[in-house]
Order: sequence, then structure tokens, then C-alpha cells
Amino acid sequence: MEKSRPLWDNPLQFVFACISYAVGLGNVWRFPYLCQMYGGGGFLIPYFIMLVVEGMPLLYLELAVGQRMRRGSIGAWKMISPYLCGVGVASVVVSFFLSMYYNVINAWAFWYLFHSFQDPLPWASCPLNGNRTGDEAECARTSPTQYFWYRRTLNIAPSLEAAGALQWEQALCLTLAWLLVYLCILRGTESTGKVVYVTASLPYCVLIIYLIRGLTLHGAVNGLIYMFTPKLEQLANPKAWISAATQIFFSLGLGFGSLIAFASYNEPSNNCERHAVVVSLINSATSIFASIVTFSIYGFKATFNYESCMSKVILLLTNAFDLEEGSLTADNLGAVQGHLQAAHPQRYAELQPQLKNCSLEAELDTAVQGTGLAFIVYSEAIKNMEVPQLYSVLYFVMLLMLGIGSMLGNTAAILTPLTDSKFIASHLSKEVVSGLVCFINCIIGLIFTMEAGNYWFDIFNDYAATLSLLLIVLVETIAVCYVYGIRRFEKDLHTMIGHKPSWYWKVMWAFASPLLIISLFIFYITDYILTGTLQYQAWDAAQVNDD
Amino acid sequence: MLRFLLLAFSVVVFAHAELCKPDAQNAFKVRLSIKTALGDNAYAWDANEEYLFKAMVAFAMRRYSSKSTTQISNVLLCNVTDRVSFWFVVTDSAKNVTTVAGSEVEAAIRMNRNRINSAFLLSDKTLQFLKISSTIAPPVEPSTPVWLIVFGVVLCLTVAGIVFLIVTGIQRRKKQNKESSETEDLEEKCEVTVTIENGIPCETLDLKAGHINGVYAADDERFASL
Repeated sequence: MEKSRPLWDNPLQFVFACISYAVGLGNVWRFPYLCQMYGGGGFLIPYFIMLVVEGMPLLYLELAVGQRMRRGSIGAWKMISPYLCGVGVASVVVSFFLSMYYNVINAWAFWYLFHSFQDPLPWASCPLNGNRTGDEAECARTSPTQYFWYRRTLNIAPSLEAAGALQWEQALCLTLAWLLVYLCILRGTESTGKVVYVTASLPYCVLIIYLIRGLTLHGAVNGLIYMFTPKLEQLANPKAWISAATQIFFSLGLGFGSLIAFASYNEPSNNCERHAVVVSLINSATSIFASIVTFSIYGFKATFNYESCMSKVILLLTNAFDLEEGSLTADNLGAVQGHLQAAHPQRYAELQPQLKNCSLEAELDTAVQGTGLAFIVYSEAIKNMEVPQLYSVLYFVMLLMLGIGSMLGNTAAILTPLTDSKFIASHLSKEVVSGLVCFINCIIGLIFTMEAGNYWFDIFNDYAATLSLLLIVLVETIAVCYVYGIRRFEKDLHTMIGHKPSWYWKVMWAFASPLLIISLFIFYITDYILTGTLQYQAWDAAQVNDD
Repeated sequence: MLRFLLLAFSVVVFAHAELCKPDAQNAFKVRLSIKTALGDNAYAWDANEEYLFKAMVAFAMRRYSSKSTTQISNVLLCNVTDRVSFWFVVTDSAKNVTTVAGSEVEAAIRMNRNRINSAFLLSDKTLQFLKISSTIAPPVEPSTPVWLIVFGVVLCLTVAGIVFLIVTGIQRRKKQNKESSETEDLEEKCEVTVTIENGIPCETLDLKAGHINGVYAADDERFASL
């Protein structure tokens, strides 16, 4: 008789685990960027079409496979066909890559969280230079938030080759992040099941608080109008559709083996069809919700910067021409500028290079994604709110929860096949295996805490998982539909849930999703070939911008 | 006599005008932003405020150098604009029609900046002496960085949690091991009694003629492995 497999305490834990895993940082920092780039409100059209055609069917497939085979990814695919256990191994390897670099984000979130307990916030103003007559040079050329990110947090090197020293502060935060992950996965589903209640629901609480705060901020409406104005001509751009497909694909976390691992701890009679639909809808709804919050924050930040720019121009003109204080306002600025130019052309011409053209549109147009959005744009908006410490703590706790939730899925994808294997399970206990995996990942992850670490992070983020996942999921779909046989799969589902999957699912599994994945795959390969030498953005401390 | 006085007066005025003008030697430009600093409580800049300013500068000069005998009439203001900005020079009371060195004035103002600011209810930013840069007070930094304290707290909690879970896990497993070995002992005892009570000791059944039933061969799987 086999040792009984640990199970989730109730189906809600399973759903929360899937939501916690799928709703990650990508929903917060990638989707708003895509929405902005590809037509605002209009982007939702390709997004929903891809969700229905690609996201839901593939999610259902993975959950069903895991629930039926009741094994981690390696075991499950071995049962489908002995020649296919390579798919499982590939999933484990990709999960391993991901967990190596993903936890560094949690380390950064910890760093910012710990620094939020100060008044004023350390990224609110520049540090002073050597002789205390002004701000430090690098910080004065850029903004305090960028300085804090690039210099205080990352201490970034000018290029990938200049590896630099290990940043002990970041290394400490990374160790703490891995200890926290270990704490959550220590007991397997027993501990993970309880943790996901928190990691799945806390981000929503924080997002609601931010939504209320964000919508009441001055200038938030500008951002929302900007985002939601549909630019339907973008729909003709194939990149919009490809981005929608890619976003759905990676947002749900398909192909890592985490979903298979989670589903393998289910009761065999669990209704995974309903759960698949629920999880994918919640994931997409969260993306849209997060982008509403992000855009109200964008609007606030852009309006704030625009008004600061105007104030600077007004002050410059008032001082240069000794006008009465308060006589120049944003409304009469244009008229007065014209008047001054006519009356004192020479002096005005001298001032000209310093007078910046302030434009709200230009501020809103600065589309940012990734760590730049999460750590620079948001912290800049937070420092200008009232009681910034509170909002800062809430925000970074939310980032942590999102990150830890995804890490739980990643580590489950690695650990489930390991603990399923009889060889390892007989020699080492679950705690020791988890500890070893966390330890190895932590040691390797120290690379990302070096001065050039952020460049390595970018490389891993862009290239570690993209093509591999597409290939893995493609092989998975073809394996289930054609190697295992869709009739057999149908019957299995009938045994599990009690009814056969409708024709819609079968058509998607057999034709639509594989075709879509193949076209995505071809697109990426041609893109890589056409790009030629791959490039990365480096931070130049002398000029202080990304080049 | 009157004409002579008038001439002398105009010479003095002319000399003063020569001494105090924009970009003159040893002259400083001052800029006030009263409305920015005080909002609705802003006062208007008039001759009385100018008198106070001259008094403060004279005070600063006297306080800086004990030898100084600067009078209010030694401080000259000119080119007052709507911005509220103007130029001023400090003339030497001992020697006529010369200005005190700029470096001295600068040092005196620097030394007494606080007093001058508070006389006008302004700050370094809203009462600017354009050529005299002020040293900015650095932000107060606690001796232990705050982040390390919070880090320490979270680290201790996490490690405590891990240790707790591991220890309870080991204890639970030891208890389970003890329980299962107790049940095993019990069953073994039963087996031994059964075989004896049966009358026929088990060893005698191990005859070559006997046929061992393969179904019961894998006996060690009867009990759930841990």
C-alpha cells in the first residue's frame, strides 16, 4: 500500500494556491505597460480573446493532468508516455532557473520595506554632497528615487563586465527572502496551504486601499483618461496580439510544472474545470484592477511633475525679470512669456536653454515596465502622498506577498518531483530536500546581489524562460491530445469531474492552442534572428540615464 | 554756504549712488520671497522693512568684528524691485566713500544668518543672499540604521518559525515511530502466541514438501511504510 499523498485541506486552499501563484508581479508591472503601449482600453479586446482561446484551455489541461496522474511533472509525463519524462525534467529545470533569479525581487522588496520605517523616506530627497552646499552630483542630475534605486539599492556597475563586489546588504535581504520561502514550504501542503490564504488575499486588500487612495489623488483622472481612451488603430498592429498572447501565457505560469504539482495534491474528484475558469478569470481581472491603480498613480505622478516643472519655470522667470511674486501663474504663463520675449529679447534668449517645455502628455507618455515601474515610479508617487510611510509599507508588503506566492509555486514545481522520486524520498526527509533546494538557490542567487547583478537579472528575466516554456507547453498539448489520446483524456475527466469536457475544450486543445503557440514560437525565433547582437541597457553614472 | 552744503550733499548722494548699484564691487543682491514663505500672513515690503534690514546688516557687521563701528547709515540699499529684490553695500564708517570688503560682509552675514532670517520670519530659501551660499543642515541620522533593526526583527521571527516547525516535525515523527513500533511489537507477540497455540510450531511447517504460498510472500508490505 502506498503512503497516502498529502492533500489540500479543502478545495479553497487549492484555488488560493493557484491564484497566489498566477497573480504575481507581472500583473502589476507588465500588464499596465502593455495596455499603455498597445491602445489603452482597446488592448482588452485581444487580451480577452487570447484568454479564452489560449489561457483557459491550457490551464485546464495542466490542472487535469496533475489531478489525474497525482504526481509532480516528471512522474505525470512519465505516466502519459515513458518517452515524455523529458518534458517533466525540462519543466523542473526552467523552474529552477526562475527560482534562482525571482527571489531577488523579494530581496529588493524587503530592502525597500525596511527602509520605509524612516521619516522622511530615504528616497524623498537627495543626500548632500561633500561640503554640504547642495545635493550630491549623481542625484542632482537625476531624481532621488532613481538615485536610491540605482545607487543605494543596486550600487550598479557601469557594465556587465565590471562585476564588482558583493553587496552585503542585498545578500542579507536575499538570505532572509529564502528563509521566508523555506518557512512556507517546510511542511509541504500543510504549511503552504495555510500561507496561501495570506499571500492570495492580502494583495487584494492593499490594491483596494490603493485604489481608493489613488482615485482621490490630485491628477489621477488624467492618468485614467489617458489609459482608457481606446486607440483602436493599435489593433491592426500584430505586436498587440502577440503581446496579449504572450502576457496571458506567462501570466498564468503555464509550463513550469507548478500547476501540475498543485493539482496533484487534489482530491481526485475535484472539479478542476470550474477552478481553471475561476483562476484564469481572477488572474485577468486582477491585471485590469492593478492597471487602474497603476494608472491613477501614473496620473498623479505626471500631474505632480508637470506642476513642479511649471513652478520651476515661473520661479526662473520671476527671479530673472524681478517680477512681483505671484503675478505669474500657470494660466498667464504663455502670455507673459510672449510679452517678456518681446520686451527684453536679449535677456530672454539667455534664459531660453533653461526654460523647459512642460507637457503633461510627455509626462504621461513615459511608459515604464518591470522593476523600474515597481521601484522607481511607485516610490516616487508614494513619497508625495500624505503619511508616505504607511503607503510605502503597504505597497512593499503587497509586492512581497505577490512575489512569495509565485515563489511557492516555483519551489513546489521543483520539490514535488523530487519528493515523489522514491530514491530521494527514502534517503532524505522532505525538510532536508526543501532546505537543500533553498540553500543552493540562495548561493547561486548571490550573483544577482553583485554590482552588475541587475544586468544578469535582466538577462535571466528576458531569456531564461520564454522560448523554453513555449516549447514545453506545445509538447504538453500535443502529448495529451495525440500521444495519450483525447478520447482517453475525455474518459479520465469524466471519471474525475463527472461530465465530459465540451466540444469547445476539445477544439481548443487539439487545434487552436497548439497553432497559437507555434505561431508565437516562430515569431520569437525570427525576432531573435533579426535582432542580431542582443543588447542590454546600462546605467551611466556620469550621464545618468539608461543608454 | 548753502550752495556748498548742497554741493557736498549731492556729491555724497552721487558717491553713494556710485557705491551701490547692481554688480558693483562688494555689493550683494538679496531676494526675498515673502508671499511664498508666509502666504496670507505676508507683510508688505516698505521703508520700515528696509530700515530693519539695514539694522540687521549693521548688527551682523558689529557682531562679527568687535572693532566694527558700522552704523545703519553705512548700509546702502538700491534697485528695490517688485520681486522684492535689491542690492546693498556696506560703507566703511572710518574711511569715507569706500565699501567694506565683500569677504568680510559675507562672513558676517554667514555668522548671523539665523538671526537675520528670524527677524524677517523667513528661511535660508526665502531670504536669499545670492552670492552667499548657505551650508545645508544634513538630515539627522540615527546611530544604528533603522533598516537593520527591522531586518533583525523579521529575521528572528522567521528563524524562530523554522526552528519551531522543524522541532515539532521531528517530535511528531518520533512519536509516530514509537507508536508504529509498539503496534508492531504487539502484532508480533500475537503471531508468536498464535503459532504456539495452534499446537503446531511454525518451524515444522517449513518442510520441503510444503508449498509456500506466494500471496503471503511479500509480508513486509502488510504494514504501511512511513
